[in-house]
Amino acid sequence: MLRRFSALLVVALATAVSLYSQGNLLINGAGATFPYPVYSKWFDEYHKAHSNIQINYQSVGSGAGIKQVTEGTVDFGASDGPMNDEQMKGYQDKHGSPILHFPTVLGAAVPTYNIPGVSATLNFTPEALAGIFLGRVTKWNDPLIASANKGVNLPAKDIVVVHRSDGSGTTYIWTDYLSKVSDDWKNKVGKGTSINWPVGLGGKGSEGVTGLVKQTPNSMAYVELTYAAQNNIPYGTVKNSSGTFVKADLASVSAAAASAAKDMPADFRVSITNGSGKTAYPISSFTWLLIPSKFSDASKRDALKDFLKWALGDGQGLVEPLSYAKLPKDVVAKELKQIGQIQ
Amino acid sequence: MAATTHTVHSAGPVAGSRSFLDRLRDGDELARLITFVFAATTVLITCLLVFELWTGSAASRHKFGLNFFFTRVWDPNSGDFGALPFIYGTLVTAAVSLVIAVPLGIGAAIFLAELAPARVSDTLQFFIDLLAAVPSVIYGLLGVFIVIPMMREYIQPALNNTLGFLPFFSGPAYGIGFLTAGIVLAIMVIPYIISVSREVLLSVPRDQREAALALGSTRWESTWKVVVPFARTGIMGSIFLALARALGETMAVTMVIGNTPNISASLFSPGYSIAAVIANEFTEATGDLYLQALIELGLVLFLLTFILNGLARILIVATSQRSGGGH
Repeated sequence: MLRRFSALLVVALATAVSLYSQGNLLINGAGATFPYPVYSKWFDEYHKAHSNIQINYQSVGSGAGIKQVTEGTVDFGASDGPMNDEQMKGYQDKHGSPILHFPTVLGAAVPTYNIPGVSATLNFTPEALAGIFLGRVTKWNDPLIASANKGVNLPAKDIVVVHRSDGSGTTYIWTDYLSKVSDDWKNKVGKGTSINWPVGLGGKGSEGVTGLVKQTPNSMAYVELTYAAQNNIPYGTVKNSSGTFVKADLASVSAAAASAAKDMPADFRVSITNGSGKTAYPISSFTWLLIPSKFSDASKRDALKDFLKWALGDGQGLVEPLSYAKLPKDVVAKELKQIGQIQ
Repeated sequence: MAATTHTVHSAGPVAGSRSFLDRLRDGDELARLITFVFAATTVLITCLLVFELWTGSAASRHKFGLNFFFTRVWDPNSGDFGALPFIYGTLVTAAVSLVIAVPLGIGAAIFLAELAPARVSDTLQFFIDLLAAVPSVIYGLLGVFIVIPMMREYIQPALNNTLGFLPFFSGPAYGIGFLTAGIVLAIMVIPYIISVSREVLLSVPRDQREAALALGSTRWESTWKVVVPFARTGIMGSIFLALARALGETMAVTMVIGNTPNISASLFSPGYSIAAVIANEFTEATGDLYLQALIELGLVLFLLTFILNGLARILIVATSQRSGGGH
């Protein structure tokens, strides 16, 4: 009853909003939830500067974003993982022109834990992380964990693994990384926004995962860096491919992107997890806007092109207060060139 | 049959003798038509729903066939989908919730309808109606912040120490799982059972009670042996309303069940329900088969509700025939 009423209310509001915005240009987008805070800030700031252009973004999830932009029900999409070849082909077949990936900001997934009596920042090797999430490393004092944490008194207690139960870009980044550092993970589990977890409890959303970790002694999980930073959740370091233990922060995430910028593929569909670079945090990733290369509506096309230029320029200045890492300069330069391909 | 009802209701000339247009002008026929359309809409929506779920899951039904019901794997990466752990979780949590909620709910309804002074009864009913209107996410939060810690610290260890020899109460105590989800569901459905059962009990004719008292029974005997059996059909109805809500509940369940596709006799172990997995994975489901498997889960849930409702009907008919009382 209540739900039906609220649905009616939403319809009424939507009608009111669309009536209000008549005469203005309304651009619709949908997709990833992870960059939603920075996107909504961007669209809001951009609207302030260009009062006739309203960009409406629904954070419905990366999968839904890809689906909706392919079906043409929104003007652009957004995703935390690049579209795969099959999806690219699906878009090309339906529209006759390709879809373009534009990296916008960077995020990271960090390992968090709750061990009573341990307040030190723990170091995690790739082998330890893969072992824990595969269910092979089951005790906190396992040599794989203890050897990287000399001097920390780890208990002989069972590790309670917690993961996201809802499909999520954070899960994609985490499992993409584990697939790169562990063949067993790659062959038995694989990467994706939802996967068949070998062990663990599922929490709904970042808040659900964090809630479970806070309440469950001897638990461990992964959360996105922005969420951990904004909620003061302690998290551990991860050993990168150069052998350094790096704590995720804006600088180390940007460093991961910078080291990947050199061999960036032309279509920007790249995974930068386990990247090279001494200071690079290994579980980092771009998040992408998915922009059609052909628009039938010239005013929408021009507005989106202008918005992209703004987001890659002035817009980058707004991301760090929200705990996202900025794009490296070389990536921005390459993306500005790609804007020219939008027709 | 239509003609007889008309003659009963119209005081004037016999309804059948007047023309359709006359009746239309009266408003009777118009009201009948309009309300018929309203009633038909519900059937239409149900049919459309089944149709959509059926066509939307074609590829998944084709690929897995009946195995979908018996497979324990749910792996979006390899494209293997089976509904068994979700069906199990849905049924187990609903069963746990009813085991707790039915005695509590009916007991409370008997008190409110038969034993409490009218003022107390009305005041309490106000709060119960309030509880029924609380959004499920609030119950979920209640579960996360109050029920889960209590379960982990006190209830699960206590159950394990006393009844741990039963498979239901063994295993590590995480605080979340089937039992916790069942308890939170019970809290959610009790108001439904109380509200409906109380109304039904209140509508039992006075003569029934007076007759029982006149025959020398005590107040409790008249309540338990006459009033409650008389209202049995309605009370059953309240239980099935509660069951339907428990089967379909999403938000509160996903917050406390542990979201792990798992079949275990232990009520302490984490599990998953159909509604919860759909809500969790639908938005990020990429690939047609994955999406269709989720839609097929919706179909399974519909089927489950349908079968249980059907059984409920049969049960109600059977019991009311046997007793001969009630209706």
